[in-house]
Amino acid sequence: MNFKNVPTVCPYCGCGCGIILQVLDGEIINIVPSKSSPVNEGKLCIKGWNAHQFVYSPKRVTKPLMRKNDDFTETSWDEALDFAVSELSRIKDQYGPDSIAVITSAKCTNEENYLVQKFARAAIGTNNVDHCARL
Amino acid sequence: MSKKIREYIAELLKEKKIDGFLGLKKESGQIIPYLFSEISELEELDTGDKDGKVIRYPLNKMLIQLSRRYPDKTFGVFVRGCDERGLKELFKWNQINPEFVVPVGVACSEELAKACECKKPYPDQCIDGEKVSGISNKRVEDIDSMEISKRLRYWLNEFSKCIKCYGCRNICPMCFCNECSLEKIDLIETGKIPPESPIFHLTRAVHMAGRCIDCGLCEETCPANIPLRTLYKKVTDIIDEHFSYRPGYDEGKSPLNILGARPDEG
Repeated sequence: MNFKNVPTVCPYCGCGCGIILQVLDGEIINIVPSKSSPVNEGKLCIKGWNAHQFVYSPKRVTKPLMRKNDDFTETSWDEALDFAVSELSRIKDQYGPDSIAVITSAKCTNEENYLVQKFARAAIGTNNVDHCARL
Repeated sequence: MSKKIREYIAELLKEKKIDGFLGLKKESGQIIPYLFSEISELEELDTGDKDGKVIRYPLNKMLIQLSRRYPDKTFGVFVRGCDERGLKELFKWNQINPEFVVPVGVACSEELAKACECKKPYPDQCIDGEKVSGISNKRVEDIDSMEISKRLRYWLNEFSKCIKCYGCRNICPMCFCNECSLEKIDLIETGKIPPESPIFHLTRAVHMAGRCIDCGLCEETCPANIPLRTLYKKVTDIIDEHFSYRPGYDEGKSPLNILGARPDEG
């Protein structure tokens, strides 16, 4: 019998609502809003209330997908990364760095978002950085 | 947080009268639900008072899930007046077996009782806290005194704020159905905000009749600040008026409770 309540932050938008994952014997069974979080004060939107549901979804992408013959096909990380690097390099050489844009996400951590913009500016050489947090 | 309640729970754990105690604890500046199974952990037990506010979680709802998974374990649970009313009803609705629950009661402060307009802000058996007297439903009277067309406008305006988060249902300790009418596509159209008015809110209000124990968690969690508690207080008054039954207070069963055998028949 192991019932844990794990305070964490909702992974959806950039608001950062406090949620509490209810974990019974290692399985997330429910979410409650954190009543003491100064951000949401015990309130949530419908996405926050259901933020745990993707965890066990059979539809989760677990391997890199590459479009081959118009179909997404599972592939290895090596092949996926090699392809991304070669195509990004080709496009940058042929059309210049501003032909590439990078889209980050509110679902990423601060550090991940920092890395993505650093990659755009330092590695690719463009200021074309945007994000999905236009909820 | 007095020593009295800690000692009481420690005794229950020590004598193996309970396998765990479902309460609240402070963790990294937050107050969260917690299942205490060791006496040494009780140092962190909390009643939920924080910065002049009282933090409450639907512990009974968690208890339903725990007792479904572990039907032969006995759990202690932290209760205020409303939670105790909830437990009484959940026993009657055959959702929790009373033989496996030990409520540990605390009376609410006068301030909280007033804010809730709670008729009985204390459980029958109080381990801690001073019992204060109940408060009448002024908020229901205020709305009842409105002229009827104004009252209709008031409620339609409130319902129009709804963002259909289902928080009122999700947090409700008395919402235990496996299937929910609010998710039935024939009744409630999907893909629309606010949800169809007033059918969404009135469906829930009707389902709260004879069931709502007036804990107010729905209103607390509503991101649109819809006065849901007032609505359900009124529904409870109507049931009381016509069937002389007030959930959590009266003996017997709600006239709308058709689940299983009567509690006294097991």
